[in-house]
Formats: sequence, C-alpha cells, structure tokens
Amino acid sequence: MTPADGHAPVIRTANLTKDYRLGIETVHALRTVDLIVERNEYVAVMGPSGSGKSTLMNLIGCLDTPTAGEYWLAGERVSGLDDDALARIRNRYIGFVFQTFNLLPRATALHNVELPLIYGGLGSRERRRRAEEMMARVGLADRMDHRPSELSGGQRQRVAVARALVNAPSLLLADEPTGNLDSHTSAEIMALFGELHAQGQTIMIVTHERDIAAHAHRVVTLRDGIIETDVRQTVVQTAPA
Amino acid sequence: MRNLDGLYLAFSQIRSEKLKSFFAVIGVIIGVMFLIAVVSIIEGVNRYIEEDFSQAIFGINTLTLQRRPEISFESSPDSWREILRRPLLRFADAQAVREKLTVPATVAVSSGGQGRLLSDHGIEVENVRLTGASAEIFFIRNYRIATGRAFTAPEDRTGVPVVVLGFDAAQRLFGQLDPIGRIVKVNNIPFRVVGVLEKQGSLFGMSMDNLAVAPARSAMSRLVAPHGVVDNILIRTEQTADMDQARMDIEATMRTRHRLRPTQRNDFAIDTADETLAFWNRISRVLLIAFPMLVAIALVVGGIVIMNIMLVSVIERTREVGIRKALGARSRDIHLQVLVESALLSGLGAFIGVFIGSALAQIVRSVSPLPAAIAPVWMTVAVVMGLGVGILAGFYPASRAARLDPVVAMRQE
Repeated sequence: MTPADGHAPVIRTANLTKDYRLGIETVHALRTVDLIVERNEYVAVMGPSGSGKSTLMNLIGCLDTPTAGEYWLAGERVSGLDDDALARIRNRYIGFVFQTFNLLPRATALHNVELPLIYGGLGSRERRRRAEEMMARVGLADRMDHRPSELSGGQRQRVAVARALVNAPSLLLADEPTGNLDSHTSAEIMALFGELHAQGQTIMIVTHERDIAAHAHRVVTLRDGIIETDVRQTVVQTAPA
Repeated sequence: MRNLDGLYLAFSQIRSEKLKSFFAVIGVIIGVMFLIAVVSIIEGVNRYIEEDFSQAIFGINTLTLQRRPEISFESSPDSWREILRRPLLRFADAQAVREKLTVPATVAVSSGGQGRLLSDHGIEVENVRLTGASAEIFFIRNYRIATGRAFTAPEDRTGVPVVVLGFDAAQRLFGQLDPIGRIVKVNNIPFRVVGVLEKQGSLFGMSMDNLAVAPARSAMSRLVAPHGVVDNILIRTEQTADMDQARMDIEATMRTRHRLRPTQRNDFAIDTADETLAFWNRISRVLLIAFPMLVAIALVVGGIVIMNIMLVSVIERTREVGIRKALGARSRDIHLQVLVESALLSGLGAFIGVFIGSALAQIVRSVSPLPAAIAPVWMTVAVVMGLGVGILAGFYPASRAARLDPVVAMRQE
C-alpha cells in the first residue's frame, strides 16, 4: 500500500465529520471539514478551545476515526481503516510532536527516538544508526544516553522532534509544540521547524498562539467545528540567531 | 515489531523495576523452590532405595523367609493378631527349605539383636547390631572381609565362639590395634575376633558398620533369639530367573511343615527387594502426585500476584501505552509486550526458585541423612510452569493495555 499518486496532496479531507455522544447529547466536534494540504506546506490550525482543532488533529493524525466523511493521507485513503492499519499509517507517514513531549521517562533519549523504528520493524543496527543521525540533526548528539528527566524542556522537545522525524514521515504533526516552553526555547523550536520546512518537510501545527501561527505559511482557523478562515500569509522572518 | 524487540523491551522494564519485579514473583519463587527441593529429595531417596537400600537390606537374587512381612499394607488389629499367632521359624525349617529347593541356591539363617561389646583392654561400645548367622551369610549379604577371615561352616555347625566385627565396631574397640585374635565380650560372653568387614557406609544416617557377626549356633544365638529359633531364612539363588521357582519351593515346603490346608493363607512371609521397591514406589508416586498439586496451588497464588502487579503496572503505564500506540504500536504489539514481560518475570522467578530449591536440597543432603538428587526434568518442568503461569497471568492485563485508546491514554497523567 504505497501512496496511490506521488503528487497527491499530503492531506485531503472531504466532509470530515466527528460526533461525540455525551450521555444523551451529541456533540458535533467537527462538521464537514474539507481541507487540502499540499506537499511542503506549513500550516497552522488555530481556534479557541472547543473549536474542534484537537479533534481535527486526532483525525489527521489517524489517532481517531471520523464519524463520516473521507480522509486521504499522502494519497492513501485512511478513513475506514482498522486500528492495526491506522497504527501502520501513523508509524510510516506521521511524526507527532506533543505539547507535553510524551517521551518515555525511563528510556534514554536515543531509545525514545528509536521507538517508531522498532514498531516499523527495522533491525537494531540500522535503527541505532538512524536514531543517532536524527539526534545529531536536532543538535543533541552529546545527549543520547540521557533520560528525559536529565534534559531541559527545549532539549526534550528536540528529542521529540527527532523521534517524529526518524521515520521520514510525510507529515510532521505538532500539537501546541511550544505550550510548555519559555519564549526563548519556543523560538529555538520554531526556528528548527522553519529549517525543516525549508528542507521540504510538510508541517501542521495546532496552536492557539498567534505568534506561533505567524511562523506558518497558511493559517486555518476553526470555529464550532467548521473552517472559519483559511489564509495564506507571508512569513514573519525568524530573527537570525 | 520484531519478537526479539519484545523480549528486549520486557527485559529492560523488569530491570528498571527490580524490587517490584521481585515482589511480583516471590510467590512463584517460593512455589518452585519447594517443588524442586522436595522433588529432589524424593528422587534422591528413590534412587537410593533402588540402588543401595534394597541391595543392602535384601541383597541380589535373595528371598527372605520370615514370620511377618518386612512391609505390611494391612494395619488392622486383626491382621496384627494373626501375625503374632504365627509359628516361629526354626533351624529345622532352614534345613528343610535347603533340602526341598529344586534350583541351585545358597541358604542361610540370620537372627539379629542389639548389645554391648567390651574389648579385652576395657573399651566398651554400646548399641551394636548383633547378628547370629550361618557362614553363608557373608556370601548372601555381600559382606567383604577387610582383614582376617570370615567364620567357616564347620565353626558355625559346632558353634565356635568366634566373631567378625563391622568396620566401625572394630575401629571403636581397637583403634589402630590389630583386632585379629583379640577377645571381645559380647554381653559378657567372650568371643575371639577372626575378621573385620569392609566399610559398608550408612543407610538413612544409620551406620551399617557397627555390627558383630557370630555363628548362628554359637553363644550368640542366646543373645539374639530363643533357643532353636531364627529370625530370617535367607535364600540366594544362583540365577535371577530361578527366584520364582525358589519362592514356590519355599512356599510349598513351609505350608507342608505348618500343615496348612489349601484354604488357609500363608502364615509366613517371603520378601524380596521387589517388595520394598514396590512399597517405596507406591509412596513416592503418591508424593510425586500430591506435592506438585500443592505447588500448583502456590503457583496459582503466585500467578494472581503477578496478574495484580501487571495490572497496576499497565495502569501506571497507561500514558506510555498511548505514546507507543501513537508511534505505531499495534494492539498486538502492546499485548505481546505485556505478555512477554509477564512470562519473563514469572520465568525468571521460576529460575530463581529452581536455583534456591536446588541449593536447599543440597543443604538438606549435607546436614541430614536424606539423600537428594536434582532432576533436570523437574527443573525444566518448573521453568516451563513458571512461563505458563506468567503467560496466563499476563493475559488479562495485556488485553487491558492493548485495548487502550491512544488519545485517551495520552491524556492520562
């Protein structure tokens, strides 16, 4: 199951809908969202809490399945796939970066970066080589054997970015990646994202911070489960270090 | 995910939680430890009985004719009364048996008692096993002479007061001195020492070498049995194949002598090593069935403990499971990881149990007369059981973990 078309958009949704049942009430978290994200786009998804951006992020990230509608990731139709198939999609096409880093606390930084490769079925030697390469790329070559608790917040998020990228995913999906970082470290991480984008990475950031969204080339704003605005913008230049 | 990675993940988890892992498997450790210890002792006794004991007590190709059986399965007062009413065996019975045997065999009489030896230089040894026997006893019992000689058939017939000492008895009475030709008083009756037996070792911790053997018709007979009476008549056939025929000959002879009608049961017993073996086999079979069942109960408890610890561990690691799933772990990868961890944990526990149990068996062997032989089969059985318990115990926690929804799981603190 390779992507059907090499030039297909990274994300294409049609009428993507998600309802939750809360007791007798049905909450329409997402209503008929149509979204296309092309290769090497840098998209920020914004919206107040309750707007459905977390739901959209979970659906885009294949962590959840839509109630209705269709979703193609890198040309492959993923709506309607079962859990195991979704796990494989997540493993191969999506790199996650979370607000709370979500590193395994007892594992070393290197092992954390290796995790997606373990589930990808890669041999241990190749795994190690790739993970080391990725750690070097995020500037943590000297921190491989540290545990998350021995790293600063910025370093932890860098480990998380390395882990997200180790499988060369089609999409880097970041959920409030700077939410737990101070402004200086946030700037560092955003600079790293900018660099990755410049190298051709497709990135989607879910955030409620305007100045974080300002780094993206396109801002999608959600309200009440519907896309309210979808604006392309000129990027504020990140101050050179 | 490759299988080896599952093993690696499980191992690193166990290593990072050493103390908790230890407490998780303590039930399995204790269960397996006792299994191995007890089974080792049973097997040890088994081997001992088969190899040493039955030979030492009964000897090769040897039938023992006596008034009551060595081992009785009946224990009712009636059967005891019946046994006590039985006629005593006499020298004349031995003579008759010898004459009526149709297969080549050696016949001896033997009676036993306890007494005290006093050497001619005043050293006394208590609780010596006294035996009054025919000269053939040395052959039948495989008594080998270390120094001097055995007494002879003519000496036996005429009741010459000579004695052959067991190795320990000789050592204690004479130490470095040469006992041959010295006079030993057995319960105040003087005997001349003509020989010393080779060391035979011990049986269940009792020395086999603290004995004195004198001719059955010598003054020894007064110390070990009433006049004309013998405890045992021993018949050793030349061929093993002849033992059944010998048994029939003996039975026929004795039934005639005791004037038993065909409807009456034998009022004597003919035992061979097989009877003791059969008796022991019954006991050991019961032990080998009953004990592992007790251990199985311990293992069930151990399994429940492991299951609880694994459940707690899975709940504690809810977030970790969510992360792993987000990164591409399938439900079955999570399931396998928990299962492997549980099995490995329990297997390691069983391994430790085998180790401690073997050590325990060794200690028992060295401080008590009980022999112990560690059976590799049981070690394997124990470890396999441990793995099985772990897999069973891990199943429920594993499926709980595997079912977790990654979104919900990652929200967990």
